[in-house]
Amino acid sequence: MDNRVKDNRAWLGVLPVLLIVAFSGIIPLMTVVNYSFQDILDFNNRFFVGFQWYSQTLNDPRFIEAFGRQLLFTGSVLVIEIPLGIMIAKGMPRQGKKATAILLFLAVPLLIPSNVVGTIWQLFARPDIGLMGVSLNYLGWSFNYTASASQAWFTLLAMDVWHWTSLVALLSYSGLRSIPDPYYQAAQLDGASQWQTFRWVELPKLKSVLIIATLLRLMDSFMIYTEPLVLTGGGPGSSTTFLSQHLATMAVGQFDLGPAAAFSVIYFLFILLFCWFFYTMVMSESD
Amino acid sequence: MIWMAWITPTAIFFATIAALLLGLVILELLRPTEKRRGFLKLKTTRGDRVFISLLSTAFIHLLAVAVFPTSIWLGSLAAIAWAILVLTWG
Repeated sequence: MDNRVKDNRAWLGVLPVLLIVAFSGIIPLMTVVNYSFQDILDFNNRFFVGFQWYSQTLNDPRFIEAFGRQLLFTGSVLVIEIPLGIMIAKGMPRQGKKATAILLFLAVPLLIPSNVVGTIWQLFARPDIGLMGVSLNYLGWSFNYTASASQAWFTLLAMDVWHWTSLVALLSYSGLRSIPDPYYQAAQLDGASQWQTFRWVELPKLKSVLIIATLLRLMDSFMIYTEPLVLTGGGPGSSTTFLSQHLATMAVGQFDLGPAAAFSVIYFLFILLFCWFFYTMVMSESD
Repeated sequence: MIWMAWITPTAIFFATIAALLLGLVILELLRPTEKRRGFLKLKTTRGDRVFISLLSTAFIHLLAVAVFPTSIWLGSLAAIAWAILVLTWG
């Protein structure tokens, strides 16, 4: 029997979305690809340069260093935030007023715009007037994130963990709440320890939710721009200059349109690769 | 469309992608795809394999451009061979 739908006119309803995506995503992306193969002096003076900007970018030590820093930052963020988010979710009450209050409390950092988060932490970590900076100095740690690269990283990671762990916790909490009670009862009857219950009952059920949480955090941390810019300005030196900030300096600061476009295309390809990887994981999970 | 700074090579590139998508749509209407598992060990449709080959050829080109800045042809040949491999047995 042929089950195929004969009338596909409903697909026309997708056209407005296609138009919006074309104008906001596809056409600008095509333009960037066009720019990446040219040396653009102005609109009347542009020259085809082939893959020159690509080879220059890929062999540029500043790009390689920024890429390494970006991978380290994203890796650190994931290693800290995912387990911490799960732990917070596991520590939360299953229901009742307390659970609601904690959920609301957790949602607060997520509601604050990135530039405000950067400003809050810039003030909070200042060694002269900031609560964290002054406290750490009082405790004997000579803390000044504007002068030390490792302390700038520490502050940056602390800020990101403060800002985004709630997201992982909320997603994990929703995943944990969707596990029916009989699973726990069965584990209890089998004499499973807390760790075994987590490993063999909760973790498999959390897998899809955790893939989504990891994807969201990976993408967001890989594209981070505003918070480091406000907090450290990429410094001290270039120790916290990530890809997006390096790109912005090239494109907006120096107006190097060709190299910046090649940089953008390379950056975009890596993000596309991550997206595809997680999409494949989610799809194989649902299969 | 001067603001898009079109040049012939990129126009050919995007026209090829558009033709590829159109070809996929026509092929899908004539012979609907079925998921299969090839040497990539992933369950893929025809469209999946086209996407994987496009993305991987882009990375092969990046690698080639980084290692051999003067010539792209070696990278292009390797990319085409890889794309054929993925599309046929992927």
